[in-house]
Amino acid sequence: MATTRILEGLGRLYIFLLLAFLYLPIIIMALMSFNVSPFYQLPFEWTTEWYASLWQNDQLIAATWNSLEIAIITTLISVVMGSAASLALYRYEFRGKKVLQALLFPPIAIPWLITGTAMLIFFFGVGIGRGLFAILLGHVALALPYVIVVVSARLQTFAPELEEAARSLGANQWQVTMRVTLPWIMPGVIAGGLFAFAVSFDQFVVSYFLSTPGQTTLPVEIYAAIRKGFTPEINAVSTIIIVVSMALMLLTARFFKFGGEK
Amino acid sequence: MAGVQVSSVSRSFGAHKALDDVSIDFADGGFYALLGPSGSGKTTLLRQIAGFDFPDTGRISIGGESVERVPVEKRRIGMVFQNYALFPNMSVADNVAFGLSVRGEAKAVIAAEVQRALDLVQLGKLGGRRPHQLSGGQRQRVALARAIVTKPRVLLLDEPLGALDKALRVDMQIELKRIQREIGITTIFVTHDQEEALTMSDRIGILRDGRLVQEGPPEEIYDRPKSEFAATFLGDANIFRGDTTGNGIRLPDGTAIAAGAGATLAAGAKASCAVRPERIRIATDAGASDGDANTLKGQVSKRIFAGNNSTYFVERDGQTLKVIVQNTGADRLAEGQDVVLRWSPESTVLIAAN
Repeated sequence: MATTRILEGLGRLYIFLLLAFLYLPIIIMALMSFNVSPFYQLPFEWTTEWYASLWQNDQLIAATWNSLEIAIITTLISVVMGSAASLALYRYEFRGKKVLQALLFPPIAIPWLITGTAMLIFFFGVGIGRGLFAILLGHVALALPYVIVVVSARLQTFAPELEEAARSLGANQWQVTMRVTLPWIMPGVIAGGLFAFAVSFDQFVVSYFLSTPGQTTLPVEIYAAIRKGFTPEINAVSTIIIVVSMALMLLTARFFKFGGEK
Repeated sequence: MAGVQVSSVSRSFGAHKALDDVSIDFADGGFYALLGPSGSGKTTLLRQIAGFDFPDTGRISIGGESVERVPVEKRRIGMVFQNYALFPNMSVADNVAFGLSVRGEAKAVIAAEVQRALDLVQLGKLGGRRPHQLSGGQRQRVALARAIVTKPRVLLLDEPLGALDKALRVDMQIELKRIQREIGITTIFVTHDQEEALTMSDRIGILRDGRLVQEGPPEEIYDRPKSEFAATFLGDANIFRGDTTGNGIRLPDGTAIAAGAGATLAAGAKASCAVRPERIRIATDAGASDGDANTLKGQVSKRIFAGNNSTYFVERDGQTLKVIVQNTGADRLAEGQDVVLRWSPESTVLIAAN
């Protein structure tokens, strides 16, 4: 009995430490965004002046919009392309399918630094150069394998007779896909979309390589700002982003349970 | 509604011949069972008729129209799958409505037809349920309603009762037969269950290794099997092998067995005789022979009592024969007892050796 209680206590302590490890830096940063002192000095004095001055920081706001735009477009493109690719790999047998499937996943393991360098060289070679469009292309390429992995995993649980049943009832390929297959893989599509959004919105390395001074994303802009001199505005913008993205994640987890529904 | 003609259809997958020159005429409005062990090609044949797969050679026509290169969605067939294949994201009513909805029928028409189909399968009140809230038998009915609501030309059933337990299966057999009669649709039913084939269908086709072994009404196949395989796959049979005498065979030990039916064979050829276990009479005495009956002596090695009947296993010259005796209350025979078996030539079918 006593041992059970001790083990239980240890278990709780472990979970607590784990959560502290994950959230402590974030919580401190969020608190400091409301502190008067820009140099993390205590005692803590409440202020919202950093949020007010953030509103005046046009560069940071422009970069935030760029990041959001790129992340949303990346999500849409990679979800559509990735789901279509997963469906094709699931449905059809064709020459070189195995090779193609094998080649889809190594990009996940290639360090972003190397991918970024390669893209920079390539985009210059083909005349695309740097800028927001180049960043978008890079992000789509990074996000696609994630979408394909997640959607394909969901497709593994799909019963192929459902498509056959739909066809026997007179449905054409488009109707079968939209009314039978897609509803089934939707949790996978949403989860893949979240991954794509996160990969793009968090992306620093590839974005850094492909940015130009006027055309950059939020992570790159934050990095540039820190190098010039740290300001609590960075804490403020980071806090806003954390709150928004955590709310988004919690909502999605609640509605879709990441494909866990039967 | 329409008949289905399959003419000389062959289909290979790599080196494996799944269907080898199969021809069957499925009559308009009939209930036809395709029976065979797994790997016999029965499901492959059903998929050719459905249009999921196309034959390498041969022709398939539905209602006189050639369809062997028409894909399934254009064939106007109804199909019930082994695991029902109900759409999990839709309600029962939406499942049934699917075929009408993809055709672009008006909402009011769909609602009325769906209700009629659900009433027909006695699920009129369950339209709002989800498939996972239904029992196996109810899912089966939904699958059937979904398949017939579009008024297909032919109804195809792929082992539809395989997933149900025994009691429910018998209920569904009766139910399926009732619905089929009511709408008069040509029905092709794939099964490996011989009892199901016998009780439900007007005609049976037995397949083996991609070939049609025999085809005809259940009584004809049961009473006049044309091969040892047909005799033993559809029902139980005692098989005797020997040389033909023209109207029977002579066993290796010289005993003659007279056959009243079956193949006409040249004397001296290898042949078999098949006798159903319930056609053999079993007795302890050698006398009271009724003229031309076939007679064999043996010894009871085992008796299995099954309530309404008993099965006796009788050893004779290294062969175990099966005899089924109705429970009439008469004296039962003990294991180890010497017995005489008798049966008429009319109960004996002569089969060419395969």
